[in-house]
Amino acid sequence: MSLFARATLVLALAFLYAPILVLVAYSFNASKLVTVWGGVSTRWYGVLFADGPLIAAALVSLKVALLSAAIASVLGTLAALALDRHGRFVGRGAYTGLLYAPMVMPEVITGLSLLLLFVGIGLERGVATLVIAHATFATGFVAVVVGARLKGFDRTLEEAAADLGATPARVFTGITLPLIAPSVAAGFLLAFTLSLDDLVIASFVSGPGATTLPMRLYSQVRLGVSPEINAASTLMIATVGLVVLAASWLTARRGRGA
Amino acid sequence: MHAPLPPPAAPLLRLAQVTKRFAAHTAVDAVSLDLASGEFVCLLGPSGCGKSTLLRLLAGFETPDSGTIHLDGADLTALPPHRRPVNMMFQSYALFPHLSVAGNVGYGLKGLGLSRAALQERVGGLLQLVRLDGFAARKPETLSGGQRQRVALARALAREPRLLLLDEPLSALDRALREETQGELRAIQRRLGTSFVVVTHDPAEAMALADRVGVMERGRLVQVGPARTLYERPASRFVAGLLGDVNLIEGRLGPAVPGAVRSVETALGPIRAGGEGEAGAAVVVAIRPERLGIGGEGGSDATELSGTLAEATFLGDRLRYRVTMADGTVLRASAPLPITGPAPSVGAAVTVAIPAESARILPA
Repeated sequence: MSLFARATLVLALAFLYAPILVLVAYSFNASKLVTVWGGVSTRWYGVLFADGPLIAAALVSLKVALLSAAIASVLGTLAALALDRHGRFVGRGAYTGLLYAPMVMPEVITGLSLLLLFVGIGLERGVATLVIAHATFATGFVAVVVGARLKGFDRTLEEAAADLGATPARVFTGITLPLIAPSVAAGFLLAFTLSLDDLVIASFVSGPGATTLPMRLYSQVRLGVSPEINAASTLMIATVGLVVLAASWLTARRGRGA
Repeated sequence: MHAPLPPPAAPLLRLAQVTKRFAAHTAVDAVSLDLASGEFVCLLGPSGCGKSTLLRLLAGFETPDSGTIHLDGADLTALPPHRRPVNMMFQSYALFPHLSVAGNVGYGLKGLGLSRAALQERVGGLLQLVRLDGFAARKPETLSGGQRQRVALARALAREPRLLLLDEPLSALDRALREETQGELRAIQRRLGTSFVVVTHDPAEAMALADRVGVMERGRLVQVGPARTLYERPASRFVAGLLGDVNLIEGRLGPAVPGAVRSVETALGPIRAGGEGEAGAAVVVAIRPERLGIGGEGGSDATELSGTLAEATFLGDRLRYRVTMADGTVLRASAPLPITGPAPSVGAAVTVAIPAESARILPA
């Protein structure tokens, strides 16, 4: 790599990650003042774990993320299978578009429309509505990830299993599902991080007693940034980073053999 | 077009007027075929002739638009693949990448109500049959091409099918391995007594393997018979050319005479050959290069023509000649080595003998 290319790369990475690095560094700041460096300390992590409402919000976020990712994984996988397997049925293009639309829809619109729906059908806002809302927009992402895997899937494997006496259900559970499992898992992790990150949609559809971690952080920041927020954010970055790494490892693994 | 064969007493497999269309394209066109129990049949033809589609119709991956398929008297036509007592070995082998060799071979045995021990014993026996004992725990991706081919064969044989379908079973192997595997395949088929239907585009493979060869051309089964019959008495120029090199000399059929040998008027003069047809019809005389006698050794009933030896090529086990005839036609001949007597030299005048019993009259 030439010196110029190397310098460009470093600058670009700095542009992308400098703010995050600053945040991570300040989360270890001993000083009570966010912008004044007072030495290295993990004191704010202690404060963070003693903050009852914040921990409760984190638990709500985790619960919503796990449930909505599970639902999105099932629905997204089924949608990808339907679009891949049933050839050129009438309205195939329209279905594909409808499935992908929530991914590009402004979150404000998604959130508002879901709020109107929930109010319209009289569903009380809380964890349930959060789960439904997050599953709704994550389903399209799962369908994209699983659909990409299905494009390269060798259908003769399914024919071979059927030829060996396997019923369609056994073909699916014994052959198709194990072989697309890495992409389903990658889709699950993607849906999980999307749910964990979401603030806009959650603000619309959540109710009393169902405050997610981003909502809690956002409301605290409006009262002023405390070093504790930096610590919480650092932990979130670490969680999301790990999940994304796991997802990309699963996606890369599917290329080899399996 | 194909010569009607007397149907076996009780055919294992009977295809009656099976037709399959894909949009405007007729992939399989009114194919009828009977197969005896224990028979080894090869479907031979160029790519796109419909032979693979015919195999997929037998396996149940496609449903015919018309016609019926019976196995042991039972109608299979509408049965899905998993309910047919037929198994298939795929061209790509289609081994399950997430299962071990034993898992692949035993896949079809699950759901048959076998005990764990009985299943393991069956798998062990099958692996022994294909000489892969000790490979049970390996994953397909760690095997060589030849080993994968044998796993695929063992897996397809596991359910002891009455009929085994093999789609280009040897095409992925290199040449030396292919010839060795041909013998093995034949030996396994004889030992088990299973009926085999093999699809291939390689005439040498079809001739080496099959009891009967069925030649397919644009969806139709044009001739079925023992390889030797197809080679020596092809029904059309297509069949003649598919099974090996052949000289085709155009002409007009002479008047009918008693006996099997007729005379054909060609640009090289009258040629005596075997076959039928209406007097005056446009025909071709087909003669294999190895049946042409160079130097006039053609037997009692041979047409002798004179030409000039244009080229003689040494091929190890034989000599290949190119002879230019008086009108410019080039005939290809070959003679096994060593040849008796003096070898003709290039540029010399030679006599080409066409034995009547080896020359066939075919529709032009």
